[in-house]
Amino acid sequence: MTTTDLGLTIRRQSATPASGTNIRRDHSTPALEISKLVDIDLCIGCKACEVACKEWNDLQVEETHLFSGYQSHPDLTPHTWDLMRFNEVELAGGALAWLIRKDSCLHCEEPGCLLACPAPGAVIQYENGIVDFNQDACIGCQYCVSGCPFDIPRFDTVTKKVYKCTLCIDRVSTGLEPACVKACPTGAIRFGTKEDMLAYGLEKVEKLKARGFSEAMLYDPVGVGGLHMMYVVPRGEILEQYGLPVDPTVTAPTSFPSLIGALRKVGATASWAGLLAAAVYFLKTGKRYPPPEEEAVAAAYEKAPHG
Amino acid sequence: MKVTRRTFIQGGVVGAAALAGLGFDLAPAQAMIKDLKISRASEVRSVCPYCAVGCSMIAYVGGQGKTQSFNTTPHLIHIEGDPDSPVNGGSLCPKGAATMQLALSSDRIEHPRYRAPGANEWTRISWDEALDRLARLMKDARDERFVATDADGNTVNRNEGFAWGGGATITNEEGYLVTKFMRALGVVGLEQQARL
Repeated sequence: MTTTDLGLTIRRQSATPASGTNIRRDHSTPALEISKLVDIDLCIGCKACEVACKEWNDLQVEETHLFSGYQSHPDLTPHTWDLMRFNEVELAGGALAWLIRKDSCLHCEEPGCLLACPAPGAVIQYENGIVDFNQDACIGCQYCVSGCPFDIPRFDTVTKKVYKCTLCIDRVSTGLEPACVKACPTGAIRFGTKEDMLAYGLEKVEKLKARGFSEAMLYDPVGVGGLHMMYVVPRGEILEQYGLPVDPTVTAPTSFPSLIGALRKVGATASWAGLLAAAVYFLKTGKRYPPPEEEAVAAAYEKAPHG
Repeated sequence: MKVTRRTFIQGGVVGAAALAGLGFDLAPAQAMIKDLKISRASEVRSVCPYCAVGCSMIAYVGGQGKTQSFNTTPHLIHIEGDPDSPVNGGSLCPKGAATMQLALSSDRIEHPRYRAPGANEWTRISWDEALDRLARLMKDARDERFVATDADGNTVNRNEGFAWGGGATITNEEGYLVTKFMRALGVVGLEQQARL
């Protein structure tokens, strides 16, 4: 397989105009789009995905403390890219719903982090939909943190860089599934083409509805152009209790660097206009030869002995 | 051909232009941000050391086998489930997924230690010393508690001073050997966690 088959050419980079590097991509066939899907109905909250993520990505261990229920860490950190969030909710009828959600980067089709990032090439979106951070290019401004509608990226105060789930791009690029998917003992986390995952998700939602979860839904919000990590949510009516925004949107970035970026276009237009005007002026007036007296001076200079 | 500074620069410019014209593209070089960390490792099949399910695992070991180089020693890089196993199909539970921590733990005891009766600290002893002492104590315990005949006078040749308890990683073959050995010693109490 070539990298193009797995959709690993770069689609977009942060703070970079539309990429001209994809000249070799064959646009006649659509790029392979991949996706994870978390079937919350199958999840048993064992946290194998959390451990597998830590181990594969060589993330440092963080001491855990008992603070509430089954959750291991209170929040995502620069060293915890995948966290099982547990939430106990009392339903209208008095019954208890134990909501478990694998919280990690959702790899939006319209990534708020990428649009907010002012550092060229620090946030990269690949053809297959993976959104990855390149810490070498990161300037540590944390605009991605505020740009993310799902509150995923985390700033490391030691390295002054931002980290998040990479969707195991190193594994995906060699045809392996991400570490969390591989580890999941119940098959709650799936991995495949976006098409296959959509098909599975929609079928599963129908099954859940038949089982009485009337508000079951596939979480793939249009506000961010769709996700490359979707959820099958059994209780769609209390989506926010899972920690998922009902209608996430990506707002246009209004940062200072983006304003500079806009001004850059003005400057480029002015430069080209100036060059064009110069060309027009030259074509209209033609080349001006030096006046005759100057030619005489030049001829005298040629004849004179140099020295 | 004489290469002057001028012709060298000219050649370089022409070459770069030709490469650019032929579609020499740096995009793939940028695309691979991270290398696969197990790409040079050899795979070693193993069994999870924890519970009785006995999940198969693959340990990725660097600096061994075909990839052996002169300045490395075999070292564990990564452990994950074995997708060919009918037991777990490649998946692992959180404890199994953290097996690396067991293998590489700094608290792991790698040498036999001995704590004399009444002593409050462990001293490191050699393997020979440890095996000799084990053999001596086993022989003593066997001789002391050996039952040759039961109350009715039947020959039983039981060694009631021993029992054997096995862990989850004991495979069929190891279990066979252990059973043979223990039966030879006259042990009747054999127990094991795994039912593999």
